Amino acid sequence: MSTSVLFDAPGPRTIARHRIYTVISLVALAALVAFAVWTMYDAGQLEYALWEPFVTPEYIQYILTDGLLKTLEMAFFSIIFAVVFGLAFGIAKLSDHEWVRRPAWLVVEFFRAVPVLLLMVFAFYLLAIGDGPLSSFWCVVIALTLYNGAVLAEVFRAGINAVPAGQGEAAYAIGMRKSQVMSAVLLPQGVKIMLPTIISQMVVVLKDTSLGYYILAPGLTAVGKPIYLEFGNQVPTAIVITAIYVAVNLVLTWIATVLQKRLVGEKKLLDVPMVGEAHAGGSATAP
Amino acid sequence: MQAVFANFDEYLKAFGLTIGLFVVSGIGALVWGTILAVFRVGPVSILNKAAALYVILFRNTPLLMIFIFMAIAMPVLGYNFKFVEDFEIAGYNVSAFFFRSCVALTLYTSAFVCEALRSGVNAVPLGQAEAGRAIGLTFGQSMREIVLPQATRAVIPPMTSVLIALLKNTSVAAAFGMAEATATMRALTNDNADQRIGIFLAFAIGYIVLVEVVSLSSYVVERKVKVAR
Repeated sequence: MSTSVLFDAPGPRTIARHRIYTVISLVALAALVAFAVWTMYDAGQLEYALWEPFVTPEYIQYILTDGLLKTLEMAFFSIIFAVVFGLAFGIAKLSDHEWVRRPAWLVVEFFRAVPVLLLMVFAFYLLAIGDGPLSSFWCVVIALTLYNGAVLAEVFRAGINAVPAGQGEAAYAIGMRKSQVMSAVLLPQGVKIMLPTIISQMVVVLKDTSLGYYILAPGLTAVGKPIYLEFGNQVPTAIVITAIYVAVNLVLTWIATVLQKRLVGEKKLLDVPMVGEAHAGGSATAP
Repeated sequence: MQAVFANFDEYLKAFGLTIGLFVVSGIGALVWGTILAVFRVGPVSILNKAAALYVILFRNTPLLMIFIFMAIAMPVLGYNFKFVEDFEIAGYNVSAFFFRSCVALTLYTSAFVCEALRSGVNAVPLGQAEAGRAIGLTFGQSMREIVLPQATRAVIPPMTSVLIALLKNTSVAAAFGMAEATATMRALTNDNADQRIGIFLAFAIGYIVLVEVVSLSSYVVERKVKVAR
């Protein structure tokens, strides 16, 4: 605790007091857990019959293929398209031409400020309902692409700006053209800085695929419904599905941390300006 | 667009509900998130770990799953939150749906509030507090005069992001029986499929206005508390 900004290293009396706090909070936490378990037991949600689907191979297969796999597919396509979208608009926002920069700024700000669920519903009514050409699966992908692409555009812009200015100047000095400077000098160095942020964004994408529930898309959230309607095991289903989401997200977070350490060192994550900050004159870039 | 203007009172009511969800769960998340942050940076290590676990769990869970917990799993456990409908605030009954949505949004957002606050406290250089102690300030004084003022300034930008995310996240309540902006947009689009683009733009602009209000007010606050360093 000696490294905390809040406290000095505790003395003997404080240590004794902390011990009392520890005991009290342990009792309180244990009581909380016990209460939760007891409530579940009381409502009959701990009976083996309700948990059985999650150890039955057919249901495991159903959850994994119709649920997890679909969710991962949606997240995969969304992040790939979002990276392309973000790259295009991130570079467009850095353009020297005002007629490129302004519309790109407008598009990015628009999609960052609109809730992703609103986009999803719109894509659903525009492209899927009736005899629309796309399934709700792709509506989820489109909505997530637009939202996360706009977020990534900001990440790319900040990442490219974070490359030391001398790099670009040196490249111009040896006679490279603008596109060459971008593709051969700035982007390769910028991507290294951006990669951890992009992977953290994948956690957001994965979580947001669950919103497809509202427009009848497949996915991990959607597979829960038939299971709890059949077995009446709402609580076990919610716990199991949530646990899968958390596990996948923790793996992604772990990868992001490892990459962060490998590529960037212990420096803090890329500093990306938030929605609506641009007009305030704040063009925050990484240190 | 005509459909929106024809139902303009509905449009306003929908955004009123969105604002209501935002304000109530925003206050809830700030309170609960602050309590969590106190646990998280406090001296009791078991509470540190408990708060860290809470943050990890809720940050990695989709908001929709928390809504499913509140709206589908809790009633099975005997908590349907119907009791809130007995209360009356200024002539309005609070619906169980509203209460549930606010609880779900609060539980989810407080994890992010906790992290924002923690990063604010961590942004205060260690030397500042040490210097405070060296000149003999008590814990309360060094908190009041040195740590908290600097932490507050560092907290405003991430906190604004959290609140903007919360504002957009209120749309998830649409899937659980709240007739807020996104649900109303869906209903209007359903009835007027030929005007879907105009309806979408009208509701998108509504959200953008709200987001801009939040970010502008944070900008004003930031300007107010800013000091030269």
